[in-house]
Amino acid sequence: MIAELGLAALWLAAALAALQLVAGALGLTARGAVLGTIVRPVAVVQGVLTLLSFAALMALFWQTDLSVKLVAANSHSAKPMLYKLAGAWGNHEGSMLLWVTIMGLAGSTVALVERRLPERTMLATLAGQAFVSLGFYAFLLLSSNPFERLNPAAPEGQGLNPLLQDPGLAFHPPTLYIGYVGLSVAFSFAIGALITREVGPAFARTMRPWVLGSWVFLTLGIVAGSYWAYYELGWGGWWFWDPVENASLMPWLAATALLHSVSVLAARNALRTWTMMLAVVAFSMSMVGTFLVRSGILTSVHAFAVDPERGSFILALLLINIGGALALFGLRAGTVTEGERFAMTSREGALVFNNVMLSAILGIVLLGTLYPLLAEAFGAQVSVGPPYFNPMGAVFVVPMLVVMGIGPLLRWRRDSLARVRLSVIVPLVLMLIAGIVLAMQGVAVLPLLGIALAAGLVVAAFLPLRGRKLRQVKLPLWGMVVAHFGVAVSLFGMACDSAYTTEKLVALREGDTVAVGPWQIDLVVIEPVAGPNWTALQATLSARYDGGSAVKLQPQSRSFWTPPQQTSESALETRWNGQLYAVLGERGEDGRWQLRLWWKPFVTMIWYGGILIALGGLLALIGRVLSDLRRGIARDKIAYRKLRQGR
Amino acid sequence: MIRFLLIALAVVLALPSALPLAAQDKLPPAPYAYRQLADPAQEAKAHALMQTLRCLQCQGQSITDSDAPIAGDMRHQVRVRIEAGVEPEAIRAQLIESYGDYVSYAPVVNALTWPLFAIPVLLVLVIGVVLRRRLTTRSA
Repeated sequence: MIAELGLAALWLAAALAALQLVAGALGLTARGAVLGTIVRPVAVVQGVLTLLSFAALMALFWQTDLSVKLVAANSHSAKPMLYKLAGAWGNHEGSMLLWVTIMGLAGSTVALVERRLPERTMLATLAGQAFVSLGFYAFLLLSSNPFERLNPAAPEGQGLNPLLQDPGLAFHPPTLYIGYVGLSVAFSFAIGALITREVGPAFARTMRPWVLGSWVFLTLGIVAGSYWAYYELGWGGWWFWDPVENASLMPWLAATALLHSVSVLAARNALRTWTMMLAVVAFSMSMVGTFLVRSGILTSVHAFAVDPERGSFILALLLINIGGALALFGLRAGTVTEGERFAMTSREGALVFNNVMLSAILGIVLLGTLYPLLAEAFGAQVSVGPPYFNPMGAVFVVPMLVVMGIGPLLRWRRDSLARVRLSVIVPLVLMLIAGIVLAMQGVAVLPLLGIALAAGLVVAAFLPLRGRKLRQVKLPLWGMVVAHFGVAVSLFGMACDSAYTTEKLVALREGDTVAVGPWQIDLVVIEPVAGPNWTALQATLSARYDGGSAVKLQPQSRSFWTPPQQTSESALETRWNGQLYAVLGERGEDGRWQLRLWWKPFVTMIWYGGILIALGGLLALIGRVLSDLRRGIARDKIAYRKLRQGR
Repeated sequence: MIRFLLIALAVVLALPSALPLAAQDKLPPAPYAYRQLADPAQEAKAHALMQTLRCLQCQGQSITDSDAPIAGDMRHQVRVRIEAGVEPEAIRAQLIESYGDYVSYAPVVNALTWPLFAIPVLLVLVIGVVLRRRLTTRSA
């Protein structure tokens, strides 16, 4: 019953999306203007229906209703409740339903709260949103129905990949999806503005909170995903340039560029078409990411060719949406002017420079991810990995970060480097000193550049606050300072990890001791332990930092039985200056236990920095929304006063 | 009947030879899969090379980050050869010979891969020139 209810709600929502598209499009014409009035209510109801549908799926997973195919394939009665619920979106169909739900809710929010833009632009925007949603509804209803019944019902569920039974991962996909879908709103706004040619500061201020919000979620999603890979995969790596990771990085890069250019548009009425272009690219990258992850093309082009239905569907959606948007962009680009011009040496100039660098990095990631697939399609094999991404990325990241340190000090429109010369002396000197010291230590080129840049940026990030009364500094400026500081912190962590990590792969008997960096580690005992749906061998290690007091680490080698799979649960000991990372391996023939141990100085800075970046975005978002609210209230007051005077 | 007997005989004969094959997965990993070389300089050399070799099983990872038996075996091969004094690039060539181009992550510029390097540079030049023309004032 619940399943049928959910499916009915989904069909109804799809029908409303179609109505929203038609009414929105007709509402733009002179004769259909009256139809425009129903667009907002329709968008709201559509959002409510998608939520209802998703709630139905959650309820099915809550009850472990095994007569539903999706539940039977992805859940199990013995699973902890959190993972039962997370199972609702931990699979293809459920995650696509989550996608349309977030999209529906975002559409409702836009329809409910957004009053600043001309109504025609709003109609075009909501019609655009409906158009994009319709594609995903079609995908769900025609080829990935999450509510499909199983007759007869399965006696027991097939469980969920134990690697995915982790609280971090339970919330990782929704976080990323909110980011992806938020970019669809920016995309729809861009479509709306292009259709009505109303591109300007007011439009930028309307779009900005959505870009900021999705950027914050994308950042958090990537940070969480990276930390998950770090502690769950058990080899101490935190970024593999895996296509799935790249799929989340590409929209982030585009959103970062968009975030900065939309601010220029809001403040200076410049970069009009470029911002539109970025809005289109950002959502395109979300769709490319979804296509890469969901189509199965990543394992192999041939695997994709064997079962091409889903992949082809998303690819078609991608081509229709992106092709349509680019065609519209091409039609309008000639008639929408770029707006105010500026000198190369200016705040705008620095932001444009960084936008170009971000585009280049995006190009590298996209190319590096797709190239092996293209090569395979033509019968050749190419492996593209860290040795390509790291140095090629650095070529563009390094100049970008240098400009990130200087740009915020420049004035709008026109400035000279001579004016800011004195301010940047301190970070420059710090950079030089760090660089020389590291070179004498014999640190490799990339980590050396990373640490030196980070040393300079840590100071440079705070320079925009110089000479200001701190209590009067507005939230968005704090946001920028915190986010840029976060970049420096994260960069420092990445560079330290690659420069100073100590690795020990050893075979020990109970009672043996080994040294890893400044740590002395004893293997105390190995014993079996049991959990709700797994058994494990657990090592108890006693570790002393530099002869200090002992701390206990308990890495496990777990065996899950539904489905049967082995995972290694690493054990981490976090200090302010780094992490000790321990993994229990197998037992050798001579009865000794394999242990993998790493001391990773300052590795945690990678994720603290990432959280700071997201926090910066959040501060800016709060600041912008608050001032929008104030402006709205002021506007309402004026309107009210006029109304009373008119009487 | 005779055919049946022959098949039965074949099956019985084949069984013992099939058993060791099935047991092969259970073999302990090669010694240097999970052990480092005694000389830190050699280990660093091996590690640098291993980071640019791709695990054949898990695809997205280098052999330094993989639990797969094949990755362990490759780590063993790399360490043994480094210890014997073989140059890293020679080892890479040997591994490419036995496993194909696929195994190496190293970005060699050749007829097949040059666009990987050329396109980003072109992209920057084109976007840079276009934006500069459209956006900036002449006098700058």
